[in-house]
Amino acid sequence: MARMSSVGGARTCATGAHASRPRTAAWLLATLQATLPATLLTTFLCVAGATVAWAAGPVDVYKFATPEEEVRYRALIDEFRCPKCLNTNLSGSDAPIAKDLRRTVHRLLTQEGLTDQQIRDYLRDRYGDFVLYDPPFRPGTWVLWLAPLVFVIIGVLVVWRLLRQPAAEPLSEQEIARLQSILEDQ
Amino acid sequence: MSRTSLFVPLGVFLLIVGVGYAGFKLNDPHELPSALLDKPFPEFSAPLLADSGTVVDRTALLGKPVLVNVWATWCPTCKAEHEQLLRIRESTGLRMVGVNYKDDPAKARSWLRQLGDPYDFVVQDADGSLGVELGVYGAPESFLLDARGTIVYKRVGDINPRIWRDELAPALARLNGVAAGGKDE
Repeated sequence: MARMSSVGGARTCATGAHASRPRTAAWLLATLQATLPATLLTTFLCVAGATVAWAAGPVDVYKFATPEEEVRYRALIDEFRCPKCLNTNLSGSDAPIAKDLRRTVHRLLTQEGLTDQQIRDYLRDRYGDFVLYDPPFRPGTWVLWLAPLVFVIIGVLVVWRLLRQPAAEPLSEQEIARLQSILEDQ
Repeated sequence: MSRTSLFVPLGVFLLIVGVGYAGFKLNDPHELPSALLDKPFPEFSAPLLADSGTVVDRTALLGKPVLVNVWATWCPTCKAEHEQLLRIRESTGLRMVGVNYKDDPAKARSWLRQLGDPYDFVVQDADGSLGVELGVYGAPESFLLDARGTIVYKRVGDINPRIWRDELAPALARLNGVAAGGKDE
């Protein structure tokens, strides 16, 4: 069995191939050690690539009947997340699947006349909540939505307790005299 | 400061360790949960790899459980997976249908000639549009369908011996169990 491509992650971001992944801790450590330089390099290249892609944008040539359609198209491909590249939106990704999805969005918008919400539902039906950067509020995502609130409450409690601590008691006459003598010695 | 509050840093430390451990135990972030699980396999029509003039549709998948495998010659993991598919086919006779994803048909045909062909038939998905319908975002991906064409299991990545033993074979056994149970009644 070929295990050449088992590093996964960054290296496959532009190819569209899923890497095979044996999943044990020992394997993970060994692989990390063996492939750290390569992983760092490919991560760097992917990040650099993504930056360039963001600056320039992959070039697709699409026709629109009206300028409004083009505005909607651009807003939609900025909104969806590329399923392959995890942290890039459709408009910023060079991955083959991002290209396919841009084409799909264009087709749904210009030829099938779907509304923005229908297009969102279409992609979500196929790729799940993952393609939406804005996850819906349901049992599986409660932690996601409520954790920030919990942290804010903890923060407020901590600040409140600190503020409620009584001020230090004033120094006694003896202490003032001692402090004075220490300061004079200096 | 009460004595118990001395243990707060330890608690925070254990929390961080716990979160880190859970993070390592999590699945590969590249494996998206499938939106299509327990839903019918989408309608499609696509030409056969063996004969571009013949077009098949969803009905060709119905009647018996079938493993729909999305593959391509440009995908190195698919090659590793191929041996396992051949073994499964040989040992279980599970019906397999290939989706040749964004590939060159000539290359795909010679690939099957050289490495063996586990598929009942292979359809071409030259532009990846069937892939979009299936929520595919790379290759290989596989879908196990019951006799009515409902997706009961999905695997993103290769079907290796571990996946076969731990996930696919049990899913198939459940399907066959249901089918056998249905006949008994």
